[in-house]
Amino acid sequence: MEQQTLIYIVVGLTFALYIGIAIYCRAGSTKEFYVASKGVHPVANGMATAADWMSAASFISMAGMIAWMGYEGSVFLMGWTGGFVLLAMLLAPYLRKFGKFTVPEFIGDRYYSKTARVIAVICLILASLTYVIGQMTGTGVAFSRFLEVDYNTGLTIGMIIVFFYAVMGGMKGITYTQIAQYCVMILAYTIPAIFISLQMTGYALPQLGLGAALVDNGTYVLDRLDQVVTELGFREYTATEGVSRLNMTFYTLSLMIGTAGLPHVIIRFFTVPKVRDARSSAGYALLFIAILYTTAPAVAGMARLNLADTLGTSPETALSYEDRPQWFKNWEQTGLLKFEDKTGDGLIHYSADETVNEMVRLDRDIIVLANPEIAGLPSWIIALVAAGGLAAALSTAAGLLLAISSAISHDLLKGVFRPNISEKQELLAGRISMAGAIAVAGYLGYNPPDFAAGTVALAFGIAAATLFPALMLGIFYKRANREGVIAGMLAGLIVNLLYVFQHMGVFFIDSTSFLGPMPANWFFGIEPNAFGAVGAIVNFTVAITVSKLTAPPPQYIQDLVDDVRVPVGARLAPDVH
Amino acid sequence: MPFKNEALKKAYWRDNLRIVAVLIVVWASVSYGAGILFAEQLNAYAIGGYPLGFWFAQQGSIYTFVVLIFVYARLMTRLDRRYGVEELDDEPTEQ
Repeated sequence: MEQQTLIYIVVGLTFALYIGIAIYCRAGSTKEFYVASKGVHPVANGMATAADWMSAASFISMAGMIAWMGYEGSVFLMGWTGGFVLLAMLLAPYLRKFGKFTVPEFIGDRYYSKTARVIAVICLILASLTYVIGQMTGTGVAFSRFLEVDYNTGLTIGMIIVFFYAVMGGMKGITYTQIAQYCVMILAYTIPAIFISLQMTGYALPQLGLGAALVDNGTYVLDRLDQVVTELGFREYTATEGVSRLNMTFYTLSLMIGTAGLPHVIIRFFTVPKVRDARSSAGYALLFIAILYTTAPAVAGMARLNLADTLGTSPETALSYEDRPQWFKNWEQTGLLKFEDKTGDGLIHYSADETVNEMVRLDRDIIVLANPEIAGLPSWIIALVAAGGLAAALSTAAGLLLAISSAISHDLLKGVFRPNISEKQELLAGRISMAGAIAVAGYLGYNPPDFAAGTVALAFGIAAATLFPALMLGIFYKRANREGVIAGMLAGLIVNLLYVFQHMGVFFIDSTSFLGPMPANWFFGIEPNAFGAVGAIVNFTVAITVSKLTAPPPQYIQDLVDDVRVPVGARLAPDVH
Repeated sequence: MPFKNEALKKAYWRDNLRIVAVLIVVWASVSYGAGILFAEQLNAYAIGGYPLGFWFAQQGSIYTFVVLIFVYARLMTRLDRRYGVEELDDEPTEQ
């Protein structure tokens, strides 16, 4: 069967599945719409969280980034997984005990302040909306690449699918769709990796394969990789030299704190029945995520080696353009690979040196996208990778949109402006704000702002510098009060925005950047993407200082904190006093 | 079941913080310690074809994270039981 037909069939089947789930899981109450009635099994929630968390960037781009960065790419692996440890131990069980629907709701109640709640809503929307732009463009790119439609058509199809199950089913529909999406995504990612690992090393598990010897000549994969990339003139793959440890530490820390503070991930832990489930569910989530995240470095290393070996590492071994393999031709058509015969000898000279390099375009995304073809796998697996990429983008977009719409309908409308609306009206408001959020996200996807590339870093920075400290202090520091947390969130937000903008331009417009992107001006050599951790430290410091200088929170708030700290009611047994 | 007295409530929270503190130290030492700060020194050793520091940064820290959360969940369940504040199956925490 024709490859393209097969892709249509596999992708079509998965969409039918998602829509089927949406019809089956309609939400009838606000509790179903916001938190799936708090009835989701911890393993199921773990799987849904994994799909929620792993975006198009994790699925399509991460392995490619690691393949080119080598050891330094570890920041993504550690940063995007280590945050779950913080989430499990510092936030999830306590917020679940609190037992409400949204993140700003906790902040508003804990800090007895509507102002704090509104600031939290603003931070949430800033973080989620900047993040959703990346998902929408990812959806558009994935659709256009796999379904051979143009970008706008692809984006429209994506919006309709998300609209269908997110507006109808709310959290309930999203949860069960995400479980299906996780399964599609993980199969699509691991099957090609297993085949490649088997071919190259004889080990079925890619995690072992990367540390094993090549079947061809008995050299270790990583040793061979180090050798090949240095022959090409790149830095040694596993080397730690020339990598700033301070920058790496802060980058990893920012991604970890950002991960723990991203509202669309936190609200997933509101859906389980018990505090105990929130703890174990975080473990299942990370387990499901780890399957992909420990496979990714193997995909990265092996694909990079495969690519270098195919293209040749010196003029003597250079591949003739005539003899290029079929996958090379296929991806040339998409423009992701581009060869320019500078020397005119018909050979592909690939090198780190830009003046002699003839692979003028070698998009990092092909590490994952072309993987099955490089390994010569059957065409149904290629179709599965297409469905996997789409599942990754759609599942994350839906989670983010729910976080945004619940903040609008529950926190702003019900919480601040119209406290008296009925549950039915609130459910309708939730659906309308979901539809609105999809429309805004879609608009931003059709007209991606110039700063689209910088948005993911900004989302993490905002979550790390504002929401995470406010939540953590609310649980662990009883003395934290309204004044402190408002000052802290604002300080964290401002510091983070200023640092990112001064180096990358106000709203990422280059000409307005007054310090320029040059590393010489970076604060202790910390790059803007890694600045969220600094913002968080500023937030903690300001919040604690201001709290100490102002009146302590009222007694009922201190009781509330006591209550949140224990799985069942914390108030003392009445007969003891 | 609520706590019988203020001292038990304090003790429960102190034990909880102790568990978290120990696990956070492990969390930081596999990632920031072994994976970043001491990666260069650890790379002198190897697991199969993996230089040790590189393995921690790209594999080992992630495995440790997963184990840490399950250990945490297990220890906390035990702590809840010891203080009589565990959630019973027929009694959801919903208020």
